[in-house]
Amino acid sequence: MKPRILASAIAAAALAAHPMLAQSATISDGVVKLGVLTDMSGTYSDLAGPGAVEATRMAIEDFIANEKPDFKVEMVSADHQNKADISANKAREWIDTAQVDAIVDLVTTSTALAVMKVANEKNRISLVTGAGSTPITNEQCNDTTVHWAYDTYSLPVGTAKAVVQQGGKTWYFITADYAFGHSLEKNTADVVKKSGGKVLGSVRHPFPGSDFSSFLLSAQASGAQVIGLANAGNDTINSIKQAREFGITPKQSLAGLLMFISDVHSLGLDATAGMYLTTGFYWDRNDETRAWSKRYFDKMKRMPTMVQAGDYSAVYHYLKAVKSAGTDEAKAVMAKMRATPVNDFFAKNGQVRADGRMVHDMYLAQVKKPSESKYPWDYYHIRQVIPGAEAYIPAAESTCPLMKK
Amino acid sequence: MKGKHIGWIVLIVLGLVAPFLVYPVLVMKILCFALFACAFNLLLGYTGLLSFGHAAFLGWAGYTCGYAMKELGLSPELGLLAGTATAAVLGFVFGSLAIRRSGIYFAMVTLALAQLVYFLALQFPFTGGEDGLQGVPRGRLFGLVDLADTMNMYYFVLAVFLGGFWVIDRAIHSPFGQVLKAIRENEPRAISLGYDVDRYKLLAFVLSAALSGLAGATKTLVFQLASLTDVHWHMSGEIVLMTLLGGMGTVFGPIVGATVVVGLQNYGAELGQWVSVLTGVIFVICVLAFRRGIVGELAVLIRRSGIRM
Repeated sequence: MKPRILASAIAAAALAAHPMLAQSATISDGVVKLGVLTDMSGTYSDLAGPGAVEATRMAIEDFIANEKPDFKVEMVSADHQNKADISANKAREWIDTAQVDAIVDLVTTSTALAVMKVANEKNRISLVTGAGSTPITNEQCNDTTVHWAYDTYSLPVGTAKAVVQQGGKTWYFITADYAFGHSLEKNTADVVKKSGGKVLGSVRHPFPGSDFSSFLLSAQASGAQVIGLANAGNDTINSIKQAREFGITPKQSLAGLLMFISDVHSLGLDATAGMYLTTGFYWDRNDETRAWSKRYFDKMKRMPTMVQAGDYSAVYHYLKAVKSAGTDEAKAVMAKMRATPVNDFFAKNGQVRADGRMVHDMYLAQVKKPSESKYPWDYYHIRQVIPGAEAYIPAAESTCPLMKK
Repeated sequence: MKGKHIGWIVLIVLGLVAPFLVYPVLVMKILCFALFACAFNLLLGYTGLLSFGHAAFLGWAGYTCGYAMKELGLSPELGLLAGTATAAVLGFVFGSLAIRRSGIYFAMVTLALAQLVYFLALQFPFTGGEDGLQGVPRGRLFGLVDLADTMNMYYFVLAVFLGGFWVIDRAIHSPFGQVLKAIRENEPRAISLGYDVDRYKLLAFVLSAALSGLAGATKTLVFQLASLTDVHWHMSGEIVLMTLLGGMGTVFGPIVGATVVVGLQNYGAELGQWVSVLTGVIFVICVLAFRRGIVGELAVLIRRSGIRM
């Protein structure tokens, strides 16, 4: 019994010595702290990773310069190595010992789902930009999570439809064997069928993979016109490279269902010319996106992916909500985030829904031929703007209980 | 005997005050791994069997406990029991197959069986595959104590650890433990003395597996999730490292080893992948320079300096 008494005595003393804890309608400790939890060294480090940390830092600096808040904003970051247990533990530790108020990025669905639960239990906000599975805002949704840049529902709406319309009627999937891959495959197959195409089959590869030969061969044997790659990051890059080495690509075409500009950059335009992809952000779309992306480029020597641009946008929106709510208490901040439309270089009239989905326009892009590319990182033709209402799951189809209210 | 009593007292006192000095969740993690390492040491240090598949017991018990509590709504103590029992059954299956071979073949058989368990964990729907089993409720202990409170949880974990450690300590210092040591030193001789060596080995294996399962189930309760990391063969390697580093065949060694390795992983997290390199270097130094491990070397130093324990 003694330790319990001691524990409560210490807790009581801490509470008494800490007036901030007693009143919730202020910023706890006068500091808003963001934790960037991302893949710093693995498969997804190019599309999120150090760039996500830099984008968050930029958002914080810009917010302080533009909005002159009366509170401090700090940032911590860590490598979650794409593992659910590491990210959940880190999030718990940050919230318990470092007073972190919101956790950003969360690339890889498993890490996002794990952190969302811990953060929700402790009444903290998760700003998911990196992970893309629809369960985040559907069956696993909660009221302190915001899902920013894209999801697996919005990706095939552009890509799969466009490919089927170009005559790619029969599909075969190579799918990363975890929640994100499954969810992307299912959503794409639905769009393919709706657009009049046919799915011949699918094969699942372990995540992260390096040797795709057997999966590519079974895709080849299927005789499908289109091989849909329901994976991401280095897995997509390796599948595309190896498909070329096996001589699959001129005969059958590949559809990268989640391609980032960093992937196109690694593969080169020779390997990717003509491919369709759907993205939530392209740096060279208008003056506003160019202005921000050039600032980012000066720091990172790379153009931002939609995840990194989304990190900036999400963090800035979050901090603005904290300022206007006058507190960092999660529920109050969430209410402000939902009530305020998102208007920045990333999204116009973006809306955070009750399920946490930030609804904004998506873009169908086609990769340029090497001859069409005039300057570094000049990679995409934007073929179509997909309005947010079409790009994201309609409220009626959502399985998130929060949408029913 | 006196030395051992001092060890116990130091352990209990440290265990009681640790959460006020260090982040309690970290200490709970250390305790779970310390119990796991002690259970492993029972097999490696005292019976001379190097199992390379212990992650299967840790991980599978974690999944069982998580499933029992999340989906079946069992209370924490029943969840722990379910995890431990499953690990014991799994240990019986593994053990009965593996003890027919020795040395490197024994290690390979256990590794192969553990890989089977890994793929089951990856493919079964209830484990959540890559996502793991998440959002396990901590529940109320015996329906009374709310484990969502960190300090309650801590002292419960400490009690589980001390209980498990006491069982191991008793086993080592019992006639049963003496027979295990005899098998480790000279198996043919133990056979010639009339001991049914296979039965002793199997019993030690099941005991070790069950206690590893207890550690795994407790870990699930602490972190509220069970994931593939715990069934992966990396974990089987890590536990060998912890045991060797601390001192295999010493009672307290694995606890020290687990503390060092888990502490290193935690405080070195900023270094990213360099932690693996660092642990590798430490392992090489340990094997080259102090083969008895930290506690083993300390014991020798104390003995040499003439202090009678």
